[in-house]
Amino acid sequence: MINILSLDYVVPGDDFTRAGEASSDVKRKLKQIGYEPDAIRRVAIAMYEGEINMVIHAGGGLVHVEIDPERVKMVLSDHGPGIRDVEMAMREGYSTAPDRVRALGFGAGMGLPNMKKYTDSMKIDTEIGKGTTLYMTVLAKSITIG
Amino acid sequence: MMVRDIIRILDAKVLMAGNLDIEVKTACGSDMMSDVLAFVKEQSVLLTGLTNPQVVRTAEMMDMHCIIFVRGKMPEEDLISLAKQKEISILQTQHAMFTACGLLYTNGLSGGSQS
Repeated sequence: MINILSLDYVVPGDDFTRAGEASSDVKRKLKQIGYEPDAIRRVAIAMYEGEINMVIHAGGGLVHVEIDPERVKMVLSDHGPGIRDVEMAMREGYSTAPDRVRALGFGAGMGLPNMKKYTDSMKIDTEIGKGTTLYMTVLAKSITIG
Repeated sequence: MMVRDIIRILDAKVLMAGNLDIEVKTACGSDMMSDVLAFVKEQSVLLTGLTNPQVVRTAEMMDMHCIIFVRGKMPEEDLISLAKQKEISILQTQHAMFTACGLLYTNGLSGGSQS
């Protein structure tokens, strides 16, 4: 396995149908290098939720991914409105998404809780009016969930 | 059961054939994709009435093999082509969600547990 693979993506904010392309690409690359399957799924789900959030709330953003044999680090940054109440946003079922987003199958208030559940560490830096940066790490051999 | 068995049980139409002989053990029925993503057990089959391409993306992230559209819902063409790329079978049944889930459950398919 290669030592460190660094990947960068632009998540377009104006095209909901393209949300998830970056996560799909990361998943494909992790499979190619023979990463542990449970870790691949957890990375894919966490990053996908992050991508969806960027499109729903922030008009898109940037994703930086670093893969090494021990862990996958993801940094998702946007220049959206910021998260007003992080504690509330972490609660399952709490959502500020508009109805048009719910009609698309998202905005059920499970995004951030899912990201936390599937990652080994997660940190949110957010500032109202400036944007949000989300740091997530998935360990290659953490305890398998489920 | 196999995807092929689901076609028979639900009297389903095949809109995109992936591997129909792959074994599936669990299923999840929902129109909310984040709820689907919250299920940690590998879900092989997704039943939904939602027809946008994010349904395929969700199935892809969860390593699902088959998506079933209930109530005769017809997905958009871009969904079918994405499913083709990802080799995910797309079925369509006239049964409503509750009935379709019930038929699969009584024929041996179980629901996955949520942690």
